[in-house]
Order: sequence, then C-alpha cells, then structure tokens
Amino acid sequence: MTAAIESHEAAPARTAKGAVFDRTFEALCFGAATLLLTALGGLIVSLAIGGWPAFAKFGPRFFISSDWDPVQEVYGASGAIVGTLVSSALALLFALPLALGVAIFLVELCPVRLRRPIGTAVELLAGIPSIVYGMWGLFVFAPWFAHNVQLPIMTAAPPGSIWETITSGVPNGAGILAASLILAIMILPFIAATLRELLLTIPPAVRESAYGLGSNTFEVIRKVSLPYIRTGAVGAIMLGLGRALGETMAVTFIIGNSHGFPTSIFASGATIASTIANEFAEATGELHTASLIALGLVLFVITFAVLALARLMIGRQVNS
Amino acid sequence: MTVQTLEAPDTRILALPEDEVTIQVKGLDFFYSGKQALFGVSVGFKRKAVTALIGPSGCGKSTLLRTLNRMYSLYPGQKAEGEVLLDGEDVLARGVDLSALRARVGMVFQKPTPFPMSIFENVAYGVRLYERLPRAELANRVEEALRRAALWDEVKDKLKDSGLGLSGGQQQRLCVARAIAVKPEVLLLDEPASALDPISTARLEETIRELRSDYTVIIVTHNMGQAARLSDHTGFMYLGQLVEFGETDQVFTNPATGRARDYITGRFG
Amino acid sequence: MSAGSPRLGRRISEVAFLAFCWAATGVALIALAAILWSLIRQGIGGLNLDVFTRSTPAPGSRGGLLNAILGSLMMCAVAMAGAVTVGVLAGTWLSEFAKDSRYGKVVRFLNDVLLSAPSILVGLFVYELMVRPMKGFSGYAGALALALLAVPVITRTTEDVLRLQPTALREASVALGAPVWRTILTVIWKSAQGGMLTGALLAFARISGETAPLLFTALNNQFLSLDLSHPMANLPVVIFNFALSAYDDWRRLAWAGALLIAASVLTVTIIARLTTREPKRS
Repeated sequence: MTAAIESHEAAPARTAKGAVFDRTFEALCFGAATLLLTALGGLIVSLAIGGWPAFAKFGPRFFISSDWDPVQEVYGASGAIVGTLVSSALALLFALPLALGVAIFLVELCPVRLRRPIGTAVELLAGIPSIVYGMWGLFVFAPWFAHNVQLPIMTAAPPGSIWETITSGVPNGAGILAASLILAIMILPFIAATLRELLLTIPPAVRESAYGLGSNTFEVIRKVSLPYIRTGAVGAIMLGLGRALGETMAVTFIIGNSHGFPTSIFASGATIASTIANEFAEATGELHTASLIALGLVLFVITFAVLALARLMIGRQVNS
Repeated sequence: MTVQTLEAPDTRILALPEDEVTIQVKGLDFFYSGKQALFGVSVGFKRKAVTALIGPSGCGKSTLLRTLNRMYSLYPGQKAEGEVLLDGEDVLARGVDLSALRARVGMVFQKPTPFPMSIFENVAYGVRLYERLPRAELANRVEEALRRAALWDEVKDKLKDSGLGLSGGQQQRLCVARAIAVKPEVLLLDEPASALDPISTARLEETIRELRSDYTVIIVTHNMGQAARLSDHTGFMYLGQLVEFGETDQVFTNPATGRARDYITGRFG
Repeated sequence: MSAGSPRLGRRISEVAFLAFCWAATGVALIALAAILWSLIRQGIGGLNLDVFTRSTPAPGSRGGLLNAILGSLMMCAVAMAGAVTVGVLAGTWLSEFAKDSRYGKVVRFLNDVLLSAPSILVGLFVYELMVRPMKGFSGYAGALALALLAVPVITRTTEDVLRLQPTALREASVALGAPVWRTILTVIWKSAQGGMLTGALLAFARISGETAPLLFTALNNQFLSLDLSHPMANLPVVIFNFALSAYDDWRRLAWAGALLIAASVLTVTIIARLTTREPKRS
C-alpha cells in the first residue's frame, strides 16, 4: 500500500472554496419554506384570536342568526355565509359549462395559428384586477343587465306566482344574480386553464383509438376525454369555487350590500368578503371588529376545505 | 500484498499489481434504497491506461463508475459497502472530503452537460472552484484544456459565446475539457458517445486515446467496437457482478466465461 | 329512415356541441373586449398630465393620482423584494432538498392552498399582526400583505422550473467538486432564470392590482407621502373610494386609474407569457 503512494506523486489535497456553506445554504432555504408554513399557521391563529370575542359573546347564535346590526351590537353571520355560498354556487353554475367549452375549443377545435392568441386572451381575462371587474360590473354591466334582463323578466312574471317572488327586487341591476354573473366571468379562465391542462394529459393514443372506431368529437369528449379527466376536473371546479368564495372587490361593488338572507335572485345581499371590505376599516367597536374577523375565520375554513380538496383531486389526477 | 478476490468458478478476474493501479476496488456492494445493485466487485484500474466496462443495461457498470467519485452520495437512499482505494486511501470512508475527491476524479456524462455560460466560463468553472489564478494564467489553463480535448481550433474565436450553442459532439468535448482543466488523476466517462453521431464519436475517441498518456481513464460503453478500439483492459459485468476482467485482447478474442462470450458475440444484450 | 335517424341524431348533437364550444369561447372573448372597451372609453378621457403630476384632490378641485401611483410602486417594490427572496429560497428547498420528504409534501400542499386563499384574509392577518399592535396603518403593513400574496406564486413557479432542470446538469457540477450551494446558484438558477423571471412577473401582476388586502393595512393617504411607516395612498384603494363616490371628477379619476392599472397588469402578464412556451400535448 505504501508502495502505491510512493510510486505516484500524490497531488496536493484540494478542496473547493466555500464547501462549508452548504449547510448554511440548505438551512436558509429550509428557513424560507418554514416561514411560509408559519405564515399560514399565523393566519389561522390570528383570525381565531381576533374573532374570539365574537364567538364567546354569541356562541352558536353567531352562525345561526342573520341579524347584523352595528348599532345594537348584535352580529349574526348566517346572512353573509348564505350570500357567499349562493353567489359562488350560481357563479359556478354559469362558469362551468362555458369553461368546459373554452377548454375543449382550445384543445380540439381551435386552428393552430389562433391557439396562442386566444389562449392568451382567456388568460388576460384572469389577469384583470378584480377592482376593474367591480367598476365595470357596477357602471357598465349593471345598467345593461337591469334594462335587458332584469326588467323583462320581472314584467313577464305573473303576479302572485313563485316566479314573481324569486325575481322581485329593485330593478337597478345590482344584486345576487348580477354578482354571480361577474364572478362567473372571473373564475371562467381559471377553470378553463386547469381543464385545458388536464385535457392535454390524455395520451393521444387513447383519443385516437376512439376516433379510429368512428366516434365524432362530441362522443370522444363525452365518453373518453371527460371520464379520463374526471377526478382532476372536479378539482378544477373546486379551485374555481375557492376563487369565487373569497373574491372581494368585484362582489362588493355589485352585490348591493344589505345584511340578512337574500330573498330573491335580484335582491341585494352580502358575502363574507364584501362585508369585511365594507365595514372593517370603519368598524364601530371591539365587538364589531371581532365579529368581522370571526367572519373571516369562517371564510377561511370554508375556502381551505374547498381548496384542499381541489388540490388533492388535481394532484391525484396528474400523478396517476 | 496481493489483491484478495473471491473468484467463483464462472468468473475470471485479472489481478493487477497494486503499484500499477490508481484505484483498487475491493469487495464492493452497492444498494439503491435496500435493493442490491453490486455484489462483491473487486477490480483494479491501471494508471495511465484506459479501462472499459461493458455489459448489458442494468448490469451495474454505471453504478460502479458513480461509486468511484461518490456521485451516489447526492442521493440519501443509496449506499456503498466495501473499499474503493484511491492511491491507497479509502474514498468510501466516513469524513472523506468529497470536493477534494472529485478534484482528483473527474467525470463526463452520457448526455453533454454544458453549463448555461460562455465556453470560456464553462472550462474555467472547475478551475475557479479550487484556485484563484491571474487572468492570463487562467486563460492558459482554459486553452490547454481545450487543446487537449481537441476543441481549441474550433472555438478559439468564440470563447465568449454560450456553450449551449455548440454541436452535440463539441459540447461533449467541452465537457471533457472542463473535467481535465481541474487536473484530475482519474477520468470517468459514462457512455460519453451514446448521444453522438458517428463522426463526432470518432473525434471523441481520438481525444480519449490521447488522454491515456496522462490519466487513468475508465469508460462505460455499450459499444463493443469502442471498448475494443480504446481500452487496455476490459471488464464485463452482469447482474451486478464483475464476471470477467482482463487484457482487452484477451477478453474479446478468448473470453473465459460463457456469459461474456455470448454478450461479445452479440447473442444477448 | 329507421337507420337514418340515429345517424342524423349523432350529426345534430355533434354540430350543437361544436357550436357550443365556439360560442363559449366567443362569450369569453366578448367579455374581455367589452371590459377593455369600457376601460378605454371611460378612462382615456381622464388621462392627462395632471394624473401623473398631482396628488389626489378634494372634490371639485384639480388633482391627479401621483401619490397613489408612487405609493403603489413603493409598496409593490418592497413586497417583491421580500417575496422574491423568500419565494426563491423556499422553492429551491422544495425542489433541491425536500424532494419527496413528508415535510416537503406538507409545505408544498399548504403553499398551493395559500396560492388561492382569499386575499382579504391576508389583509385581516396583517392587520392583526402589524396594524393593531403598532397602533397604526402603514405602508409597511401594506407591503407585507402584498408580499404574502406574492410568495406562494414565486415559490410554486421556482419549484416547477427547477425541477425541469436536468439531473445531469447538477451532477456535472457536483462531479467537478463544486459545493451544492454553488451548483444551485451558478448553474441551476442560471439555467432556470427565464422561468423564474416569469414567475416573478406573474406575482407582480397579481399583487399590483390587489385591493382587498390594502384596505385595512396601508389604508389611504390624501397627500403625497414616501414614508412607508405611515398610511400610504395606493391606486387600488383610491380607485375603490373614488369610484363609489358621488363626485364626477373623482369617478373620472377612478376610471383613469383603472385603465392605468389594468394596462400595466395586462402588459406584464403578456410579457410573462411571451417568455414561456405554450403547453403541448404530452
């Protein structure tokens, strides 16, 4: 063994400069990742602490009651919760078929040359700041909507019918339905983008063999593509729902901002986010602030559940 | 001290004298998260000579190569047991300075891996890790390395261009230049020509042949002809074992084991 | 006829389906066009030199958006500086160190959730974290809220593009004896810089239009102030307040501001998109 070393002129041991920083660098990266985790944890804890006085004072009534009265210092969240759920569900109802149509168009039908411009245009729809949606909704969309949709429907409703009840309201264009339509436009590009990605994961051979059997596009989509992406598609929908639930500015502009249960699709209402946006900066007292933060916690729990499910389902689809 | 090799009846391993080898592998086992990939490999790699490792896919020849510079240490699930002696020092030992090890044992990969920087910076990258040289001296080192890799004439006027702009064969020779600029003793080549066209392959082989005079070269290859043309010694591996090792002429013209004979004559692989 | 009708049915459903897909895309494009058209029509009239040289006015007097524009720029700059640092390091950890470890999976999952968490809740969080304890709204609080929204975007894109870098590139650098941190800094980040820049641009586009998290963190400021430790004017909140006001000149400024903000966000989005490749069928 010694012979081996002597016979060869041993090179001087060289170590790259800075090898000692490897640990430091990894620790730095780890710290950043942990900071992220702490942020989410801090969010939950701070909402829980900030909202505690409201939960303590009202107990379960906070979730059941729809009285929201800063003057009497009585706060019940159910109006805002229902407003949030109803407007988001309606938005999803409108957005989903459209998003599916757009995604299929971009993947299957669009001429190659137009694919990129149209794809980018749809993405721009997602890029428009929500405050712009709000202004457009209030000043452009609402008057048009009142004149061309709301009034005709209200006048056509037979007096005394259920039809009249669910379409009653002030014909000014603002309200639950109008807010849902704006929300639908906002979440459409998110759902479409995810569906498009999912459709692109289908192996060409699967689709081609279906076409090879003589199926037309509709049949291939319905019987092959959609079943193939089913799990992921549900995830995409949940993702869109998550967006709609938490959307603030656009809704604040157009939903009309009145507390209590919405009584018709044209009635004004409020969502959790719009209530917080409207009242938080000018909250009248500790209890008012606490109640708003408690509302925030409720919104967090709802969206966290929806988003977590969405991520799990999309993840499962992409991994499988 | 003689090399301890456990020779099963169906293997034939030539034991080289220890003062002629740079790297001596003894009883090497290797595990990928518990799954064994090398079984008691013992072999010596001769100084200033080319050793080829051949065998079917998944036989462990790349694994053996990646043990020699501890490349596997990047991956937590992988571990090696046994001894790999580089000039008598066990590189598998705990606390070995990996950076120092890799300065002595360079490596070139299957696909060209130019870094996203200029040709000059690519070659200077490794040098700069270890030495702070004046500009002129650094330029000399880069030129010397590029000359040895037979790339200098093609790139001397565009050293500032991106290394990514070179052809596949040029990129691979750039990687050779980058490895030898650090002045290693050993050069590991992991199927360096598998992504190249025949002409680029021929030029790379020419380069490798010239490197023999200064380096211990170990090359993993799928190409029998390449192994026969380039190497002084050849090892044939099968299912994680070194089945046959000897003079290249001997292994190719008169293989002792049935497996090696079948593989070399193209009956499987 | 009996053989003909199912075939006819198939044909009709096919045509109806294709028409629907075209129509859906049409609806999306019309919505985009309608929004951009109203922005330009209503906003262009309000855009004049005053917008960029004067601060927000009292109703009925001359003024512009200078304080809001500067405030927005400053808070976004501070937010991006912090968010890029944390996001790039966190993304690097997920891609290079965490790999498939359990903790890595948890961080990755929660980051994805944070990515689409309601921005107004981030505002509430920062209010509780900074505004209430420090007894005052401030530009720093606004910047922190924006940073919290940008970090998940940057983390995600960083991890995604780093994972696309070939293993051989990492090994090639390590094989030369380079320490891991040097390999990442000089080879991997360099190789991935285009994608990482796209991520930062998208994050910037996202936060520069955000209103909700600023409502009760930065609040607003009628006057020009470059002091981040005080309430700070910013475009989105000014637009919000002015748009819902009863004064015509305020509303005009709101439209001008909306046009400005939409134009810059969309420009950044387009630049970011132009630098990435179109998704392909796998």
